[in-house]
Amino acid sequence: MSGVRVLVGTKKGAFVLTADGKRESWTVDGPHFPGWEIYHVKGSPVDPNRIYASQTSSWFGQVMQRSNDGGRTWETVGNEFKYDGETGTHQWYDGTPHPWAFARVWHLEPSLHDRDTVYAGVEDAALFKSTDGGATWSELAGLRTHSTGSSWQPGAGGMCLHTILLDGAHPGRIYTAISAAGAFRSDDDGASWKPINKGLHSNFMPDPDAEVGHCVHRIAMHPSRPNTLFMQKHWDVMRSDDAGDTWREVSGNLPTDFGFPIDVHAHDPETIYVVPITSDSHHFPPDGKLRVYRSTTGGNEWEALTNGLPQRNCYVNVLRDAMAVDRLDDCGIYFGTTGGSVYVSPDGGDTWREIVRDLPGVLSVEVQTLA
Amino acid sequence: MRVVLPPNLRALARVEGEIEVDPEHSTANAVIDAIEERFPMLRGTIRDLYTNRRRSHVRFFACERDLSHEPLDAPLPDAVASGSEPFLIVGAISGG
Repeated sequence: MSGVRVLVGTKKGAFVLTADGKRESWTVDGPHFPGWEIYHVKGSPVDPNRIYASQTSSWFGQVMQRSNDGGRTWETVGNEFKYDGETGTHQWYDGTPHPWAFARVWHLEPSLHDRDTVYAGVEDAALFKSTDGGATWSELAGLRTHSTGSSWQPGAGGMCLHTILLDGAHPGRIYTAISAAGAFRSDDDGASWKPINKGLHSNFMPDPDAEVGHCVHRIAMHPSRPNTLFMQKHWDVMRSDDAGDTWREVSGNLPTDFGFPIDVHAHDPETIYVVPITSDSHHFPPDGKLRVYRSTTGGNEWEALTNGLPQRNCYVNVLRDAMAVDRLDDCGIYFGTTGGSVYVSPDGGDTWREIVRDLPGVLSVEVQTLA
Repeated sequence: MRVVLPPNLRALARVEGEIEVDPEHSTANAVIDAIEERFPMLRGTIRDLYTNRRRSHVRFFACERDLSHEPLDAPLPDAVASGSEPFLIVGAISGG
């Protein structure tokens, strides 16, 4: 019987939530790695029992974990992320040059084709790749050493590479996004990169239309339409239909276009989801109402989804990696909050229910659809 | 040599209580080398992988002294070297 496994990273450990295809009755397993920040947990699309996790701590640094049994047991793998060659400098918050220094792994993206190949997006921003199941990591240094790299600046959370999209339809094509540098595309397996930020407009920059410097929060893509990208920027929800070469705003009637996550329905590439947040200084939903917004027209026209979500006195946030969709019919939508709740909608967003509450603040949510 | 790890590292190494290691020298660096050889999952958690310096929120205590700011290649107290006192690796009380 089909089912789902939701992989939740929190500020104090990882949790694995499982249910059958109805998604009504849930088992909560965890915490794994209690006491550690788990930035991201993600399974291989080739072998769902192979899962990678980024375990990190301000005290004890970066640890990488791997499971071969669907998250029941774990083993540590390689945790050395050494920049390739001269590290150089990027800009610090005060505009002075600052040496690149590894801090943590924000995002893990397992290969579409090989369970032992996985990409890691790290802070300070760089892209690493492992082809031996995480035992060793090599930098794809063409991104960090891009001619604009010395001008990149960290966002409030650090200069993180937080989005990695692998395009299965175009071999060699990878998208990444960095706060606060912007979006980048490689068409040669990560060897070389071009900024893809034309059309983004960021008022916090001296030149609001600059080639780099935009605080991109998240990019999403439907695998059946890989030239169409959706972006939640610091402000603005954006869309590209030419693989990122140009963008246009699709915020439309959203109550606010600030937010972090964005995702695409598994079976309809024009149906997208965001969670509007009041502003850059007020990281909580407008009016204390937790509302997911859905567009079935690829943007511009949005409807609030509220059925089952708290509609009063709710002041949580939903972080950039804390939303996911399953591939069941109906498509399930999932998100986790900084208040420690994980919600599911088993019907594409029409109704919501809380799977679990009072976990540590949720950093990431991924879902595996199991046969 | 006796070593006490902080709770998060004990959990990571899947050990309880004190551990014992047999370093080549009686220095913090040699103790950490011996710990990382016996418990590879602890590699980089005490000493930064890239700078080889003590991680900033980790402290070293022994014989009621704070040895955190001693050079990592300085000799440890005789009581630690002889095993009569443990070498304590402590997660600093930082961050609330």
